[in-house]
Amino acid sequence: MDVTKSKAQADFPGEIHETAGGGIVLSKLDEVINWARSNSLWPLTFATSCCGIEMMSVASAKYDFSRFGFEVARATPRQADVIIIAGTIVNKMAPVLRRLYDQMADPKYVIAMGACAISGGPFFYNTYSVVKGADHVIPVDVYIPGCPPRPEALLHALITLQGKIKAGLTREQIKETSFLNP
Amino acid sequence: MLNEELKIKIAQLLPAIEFEEGGEWLNIHVPSEAFRSLIVSLRYDAGLDFDYLFCLTAVDWKTHFTMVYHLTSTIHRHHVVVKVKLDRNNSEIETVSDIWRTADMLEREVYDLFGIKFLNHPDLRRLIMPDDWKGWPLRKDYEDPVNMIKL
Repeated sequence: MDVTKSKAQADFPGEIHETAGGGIVLSKLDEVINWARSNSLWPLTFATSCCGIEMMSVASAKYDFSRFGFEVARATPRQADVIIIAGTIVNKMAPVLRRLYDQMADPKYVIAMGACAISGGPFFYNTYSVVKGADHVIPVDVYIPGCPPRPEALLHALITLQGKIKAGLTREQIKETSFLNP
Repeated sequence: MLNEELKIKIAQLLPAIEFEEGGEWLNIHVPSEAFRSLIVSLRYDAGLDFDYLFCLTAVDWKTHFTMVYHLTSTIHRHHVVVKVKLDRNNSEIETVSDIWRTADMLEREVYDLFGIKFLNHPDLRRLIMPDDWKGWPLRKDYEDPVNMIKL
C-alpha cells in the first residue's frame, strides 16, 4: 500500500497520511480534543458595562471573532464554555457572576476584559460598591488591559486562550513553560 | 414659553425665588419652607403645567445639600430646574411623589444614597443598597473600611 504524508493543516496536532481509499491520522487523542475545543469556543452573552459595547463590535462584521471560532454566542451559561467579563463587577453582581460561572459546563474558560474586570480599574479607590478584580469571584484565564481594550486586543486574548487550550496545561505549568514565547 | 416669560411668571408666585441664568434651562433657587407650595403651583397653575418630572437628584457640597428637580411641560414644551438648599445635619424635604408618581422611586434612591428624608413619602426604604446597609454612600464624608480603599 502506498502511504504518502500529506500537507496537514498547519495547526492540526498530528500527521495525516493519505492512502488509497482513505487515510490514516496519527496523533494523541488529548491533543485532538484540545484542538477541537480550542476552535469551537462558545462565548456567553454577558457584559456589565462599556467593554460590552467593544465586545459587540468584535462580534460584528468589522472585527468578526467568528473567524477564530467564537461565533456561537449563547444567551444561557449552560450552553457556553467561555465567559468574557466585559465590564465592572459590583458587589451585588458578584454572586450572579459566580452563579453564571457555576452553571457553565466544564471545560470552561474566563477572559477578564478591561481594567474593571482586572482590578476594579477606575473604581479601585474610594468606592463602596465595586469588586476589585473579577478574579476575587471566579478564576481567570486571560486578562486584557485597556479601558476599554481595542477590539484587536480582545481578538488577541481569544487567540491566546486558544493557544492555552491547545497546550492543555494547567495555570502553573503555563507560568513555567510560557508557550507563547518559546 | 421662553425662559424670560417663564421667569416673570414664576417670580409672581414667590418673591423670594432666586434665578440663575446662562444655561439652556432656567434655574430657580427656592427656600425649603416655600418649596412645597411652589412645586404645587408649578405643577397645576394654568400656563405652567409642569406635568413631567424627568430628573430628581441631590448634590453634596460638603457644607450643605442641594436637591435638584428637573421639570418639563409636555403641553407647553418648557423646562425649569428647581434647586433647594438643605441643611446637612437635618436634611429633610417634603415629598413630591404624590404629584409625580415617578418621584416615589427617585426619592427612595436619593434617600438610599444621600440619607435625605422625604416627609410624607409613602414608602421610604432603601432602594439599591442592601436593607441592612449602614450609612449613605454618596455623601462626600462617607467611609467604608470594608469595601473602600482610600486614595
